[in-house]
Amino acid sequence: MITKTEVFNLIKNKLPSAQIFIENIKGNDHLQVTVIASEFNGLSLVKQHQLIYSALKEELASEAIHALALKTETPN
Amino acid sequence: MDNLTKDKIQKLIDANPVMVFMKGTKLMPQCGFSNNVVQILNSLGVQFGTFDVLSDFEVREGIKEYSDWPTIPQVYLKGEFLGGSDILIEMYNSGSLKEKIEIELAS
Repeated sequence: MITKTEVFNLIKNKLPSAQIFIENIKGNDHLQVTVIASEFNGLSLVKQHQLIYSALKEELASEAIHALALKTETPN
Repeated sequence: MDNLTKDKIQKLIDANPVMVFMKGTKLMPQCGFSNNVVQILNSLGVQFGTFDVLSDFEVREGIKEYSDWPTIPQVYLKGEFLGGSDILIEMYNSGSLKEKIEIELAS
């Protein structure tokens, strides 16, 4: 089990400037995460998502996060 | 990942211009995210190959290493990793998915 705060902090450590929005979809292990970060500028969507996945690598591998719907954006 | 698994993955990707590694099959997806991808590709009328990672643990883990992507489904277009469910939905909604697939398959 993982809390939204833990997920928030893991992403924030990776991308300090990011705005992060986290919602539970079903149970606590199904998350909808939206990240808006200037670090995404110039990166493909795949690379943007890989940055977030790398921050949550252990939690995804252990299935502490079972399902993650991810949306990434650059700030306007 | 051992070489046998890597070969197997490579052959699947090479043999199918649009290739989906998913949980379940086209007719019976076993996960909502995999189902999203199947529905999107069906609605675009695209021919695509699928591999059920639930049937093969080596491929299930190997494909994550292959693309440096920790989740299933994974979609490949002409050998290039295109994305998972979230990216396919986003590209579908913006219209860029149809365009990209048409261009790649025509070339």
